[in-house]
Amino acid sequence: MTVFGVPTQALFGQLLLGLINGSFYAMLSLGLAVIFGLLNVINFAHGAFYMVGAFVAWFLLQHLGISYWWSLILSPAIVGLLGIVIERTMLRHLYKLDHLYGLLLTFGLALIIEGLFRNEFGSSGQPYRIPDQLLGAQNLGFMFLPNYRGWVVAASLTVCLATWFMIEHTKLGAYLRAATENPSLVQAFGINVPRMITLTYGFGVALAAFAGVLAAPIYQVNPNMGSNLIIVVFAVVVIGGMGSIMGSIVTGFLLGVVEGLTKVFYPEASNTVIFVIMIVVLLLKPAGLFGKAQ
Amino acid sequence: MVAAINTPSPAVAPLLQVKDLHAFYGESHILHGVEMTVGTGELVTLLGRNGAGKTTTLKSIMGIVGQRRGQVTFGGTETIAAPSHRIARMGLAFCPEERGIFASLSVEENLMLPPTVKAGGMSVDEIYALFPNLKERRRSQGTKLSGGEQQMLAIGRILRTGARFLLLDEPTEGLAPVIIEQIGNCIRQLKQRGFTILLVEQNFRFAATVSDRFYVMEHGRIVDTLAHAELDRRMADLQAYLGL
Ligand SMILES: Nc1ncnc2c1ncn2[C@@H]1O[C@H](COP(=O)(O)OP(=O)(O)O)[C@@H](O)[C@H]1O
Ligand SMILES: [Mg+2]
Repeated sequence: MTVFGVPTQALFGQLLLGLINGSFYAMLSLGLAVIFGLLNVINFAHGAFYMVGAFVAWFLLQHLGISYWWSLILSPAIVGLLGIVIERTMLRHLYKLDHLYGLLLTFGLALIIEGLFRNEFGSSGQPYRIPDQLLGAQNLGFMFLPNYRGWVVAASLTVCLATWFMIEHTKLGAYLRAATENPSLVQAFGINVPRMITLTYGFGVALAAFAGVLAAPIYQVNPNMGSNLIIVVFAVVVIGGMGSIMGSIVTGFLLGVVEGLTKVFYPEASNTVIFVIMIVVLLLKPAGLFGKAQ
Repeated sequence: MVAAINTPSPAVAPLLQVKDLHAFYGESHILHGVEMTVGTGELVTLLGRNGAGKTTTLKSIMGIVGQRRGQVTFGGTETIAAPSHRIARMGLAFCPEERGIFASLSVEENLMLPPTVKAGGMSVDEIYALFPNLKERRRSQGTKLSGGEQQMLAIGRILRTGARFLLLDEPTEGLAPVIIEQIGNCIRQLKQRGFTILLVEQNFRFAATVSDRFYVMEHGRIVDTLAHAELDRRMADLQAYLGL
């Protein structure tokens, strides 16, 4: 069977790959959006935290025999704590200054963290086994779906939608939305906004680490895995609109799929299609597809 | 001199006591030694021309001005070094001049946003009874309300929290006379319920209908104070102060 001259097997294969990539784009751009919304910081260290998340999972398995499933919780917790320390000791001092300073600080941190890991582990990847429970594949009739890949898409969707629900439909989320608009008034109502900012950064960073753990069995655990990905994720954020929660989720999955389809129909453009879209969106709707114009 | 002003001295220590309060926005020195007291259950109005420093005074009391110095004691506790969320937890609540309704929250979310700081706040039903418009529009986006409704929401949401000391910054600014009357009724009801209120107003005629006492502010200082009973006698002075 073929669609537009392309075998359906290949089409669905690339669609799946696109969904997998989209899962990571969505989780990472969501974290960036949450952090940017409240802190006004463009967190350039996001890719580095994603990489550290994968390495923590690898270390826990390799040296302590701690399973993938525990790592899914432990690694985000550890990396989230690291984020909290960084917010408390460094980022906090930059909020009164221009955005640019936060960006420069986190960019520097990313270079330092990635440099340290390259020094220690070199540039070759460390393998990470797929957990036994997720080995194998399902025959869907039109294609084979590897269990682990299905799990990644489901886990990403769940985490993204849960985050969206928490922000848009709970009391805690109302505090977050309000503090994004007017932090000093929210604090004047009796809410400890500085602590909320710290925890939000920790949460955003933990989300990146969670994505890193999910990625470990798919891509090799490698010091450069974050910097390769984060450039695309920034393009996703620009396309979706900085600071929009649902926007970053939808755009993440959508662009993953667009990229996958481009691989089928015009492979030469598959590495650049997202950037082409970014330029078009910037020209036509500078605030992004889901962003509000200032 | 500020010290020479005949402040009526309450028998008990005042609920709020401000002494030699200075405030700054970056390099600019805005408040130059503000002195004032507000007793429990009193309604005190701070009058003054645009730019005199009234809003800055309220923000300094609330702890949301970049830099402040001096003494602000609330219920006997010094608050000058406290972060604003701690000050709010002592039972002060602030209704800002620009109303501060959140666009990303519904009317009901706006109303429910400020956390309870003390027991005994008004119930949501009581607030809806006070401002029936809010109930009808509770699912709307906060900033889709009319100016008057936004003002009601801004006042209503701080009544839920149990705070007994309210700082209201120009609640009648830009509103139609019927709405001003509704706000006035609300303020009189709050007074009857025993709330202590520090009001900032440019609308002197409105302030005269609700206040026990007045302070006049010029260039970041309190320059005069008068009781409600002195209004008629001092009207000429007031008009000069306010440029009416
Ligand atoms: N955020 C700010 N930055 C710098 N100056 C300010 C700021 N807010 C107010 N001011 C200045 O402080 C003075 C007092 O302002 P304000 O307290 O708002 O006066 P009022 O409420 O009596 O009209 C004014 O001269 C105003 O220009
Ligand atoms: Mg003002």
